Amino acid sequence: MQPILRFLLICGLVLISHQAFAQKLRIDITQGVVEPIPIAITKMGGSDAVSARVGQDISKVIAQDLERSGLFKAIDPNSFVQDATSAHAAPRFPDWRVINAQGLVTGTVSPQGDGRLRVEFRLWDVFAEQQMNGMAYFTVPQNWRRIAHIVADAIYKRITGEEGYFDTRIVYISESGAENRRAKRLAIMDQDGENHRFLTDGRALILTPRFSPTLQEITYLAYYNNKPRVYLFNIDSGRQEVLGDFPGMTFAPRFSPDGKKVVFSLIEDGGDSNIFAMDLRTRRTNRLTNHPSINTAPSYSPDGSQVTFESDRGSSQQIYVMSSEGANPHRISFGSGRYGTPVWSPRGDLIAFTKQEGGQFYIGVMRPDGSGERLITQAFHAEGPTWAPNGRVLMFFKERPGSGGKTARLYSIDITGHNEREIVTPLDGSDPAWSPLIP
Amino acid sequence: MLLNIGRLKVLSLMAALLLVSACESTPDGSSGSANSSGSRMGGKNGAGIESGALKNPNAKPGSVEDFVDNVGDRVWFGFDSAEVNEEGRATLDKQAAWLNEYSSVSITVEGHCDERGTREYNLALGQKRASSVKKYLIAAGVPASRVETVSYGKERPEATGSSEETWAQNRRGVSVIK
Repeated sequence: MQPILRFLLICGLVLISHQAFAQKLRIDITQGVVEPIPIAITKMGGSDAVSARVGQDISKVIAQDLERSGLFKAIDPNSFVQDATSAHAAPRFPDWRVINAQGLVTGTVSPQGDGRLRVEFRLWDVFAEQQMNGMAYFTVPQNWRRIAHIVADAIYKRITGEEGYFDTRIVYISESGAENRRAKRLAIMDQDGENHRFLTDGRALILTPRFSPTLQEITYLAYYNNKPRVYLFNIDSGRQEVLGDFPGMTFAPRFSPDGKKVVFSLIEDGGDSNIFAMDLRTRRTNRLTNHPSINTAPSYSPDGSQVTFESDRGSSQQIYVMSSEGANPHRISFGSGRYGTPVWSPRGDLIAFTKQEGGQFYIGVMRPDGSGERLITQAFHAEGPTWAPNGRVLMFFKERPGSGGKTARLYSIDITGHNEREIVTPLDGSDPAWSPLIP
Repeated sequence: MLLNIGRLKVLSLMAALLLVSACESTPDGSSGSANSSGSRMGGKNGAGIESGALKNPNAKPGSVEDFVDNVGDRVWFGFDSAEVNEEGRATLDKQAAWLNEYSSVSITVEGHCDERGTREYNLALGQKRASSVKKYLIAAGVPASRVETVSYGKERPEATGSSEETWAQNRRGVSVIK
């Protein structure tokens, strides 16, 4: 619906009853195209210099988060009629309706005696003239970015009915140097690219990092001493350990949803790769596939009962699903072309994948039974989808050939296929993995 | 296609090898041969090639240079294939003969892929290629204990750029002397 139509419709109905609009400010994000909702995000006021600056920064990051989702349009603060402080106490709703705001965010930041800040925000439905949400958070000033993301998640959830994904991090591979001896380092950042830091120095080749659901650990493939093996890395301690002691290459690791197991591929005699799972506590390894072919890129269903993976057992690379014990492996991809890198959505409803056909790469989704295949983006080379924790947004990477060499960049896109955006990284980036919401 | 000095060297080397083995190779050279299947290759096998000319007569017998220049350290594969083709088998026969002569030398076979595949799949495919080379060498009498394998997937291309030629050059198994 066009905003102006929606505006007129809502104005007309407002005359009848305000009560009818208690739930009006709501986005159904399962629809293909959603017109961004105009939302006014006021500068959070502060009583001293530090809290005033933090308040301003928080408001800016909330606006950036919500805008990047593609579901919201932040209204230019220069057009605001009512000042932020009085709006937080009592919004004059006609002043916000006149600038076509459907939602209004107000807040304050106040210093506490212990050095912490108290951040309070309220979300208002301008047309229903009601407060939709109000929360207060206490934190040290350095933590202001997380507070902004948490508030943005609260707003997103209140209006869409879905969990947010702004208070999350991305682990990925930072790439630099010549194409034929590319340095690939493990790096981590907030989902908006902020707080970026490198976790390895680039001397060893690192690939396919994946978050543990507890967020304290990452698993990935590293080539130390030219021996490719799966490693575990503790973000807090910086400690790194090899996963198990296997004679051949281990690769393509991923944690189970409870974080207690890692599923991965192991090269066996003869060069075939089969899928195994290791219990991280007992260190016992279970075989999941036993087939003389390529079996790799395993990913658990969110309830842990099934595993999707790719295999060329039927001659071409295709996606399969089996039980988490390896029973009943069956192919689910039957479109034309090759299918790989299956990743189960945290909601359980879809499997995202990379498809190759006719010299092009696609990122797509299908249901776990293989039905409802939908391709959501296409490129010369697009690969490696990873799910936002709410199962509504994917991140992936694209490579482009260029005269100065190949480039690799990270992108996010709604599963509807809309709102594709680059996630800007300091160097080239590939193999992104999205964290769960930070607890 | 941009060439750096190192690759020019490799390419001219390949060209020289092709001259030597012209009687059995396809005219489009190394890149074309990587696309070809065994069935395309006809011709006589190469007693004549072995005695034809040393590419690098200055290389000390048994040295890395001798192996790389005079034997040939690599074979190429078709798209999404880990099968050693006829040209590759001829190279591996020479590698095996050399390795059997210099029995103190051990090698690591590196399996590589072109960029037109997904990361994990190419890691697995690179390993299949390395293992194919190893199996062939073992069958030709080289002890398994002297042949290790490693896959680099698409991570270490030989040729850079995005074209059929570079992809064909990059689908390779390289025997590296340890």
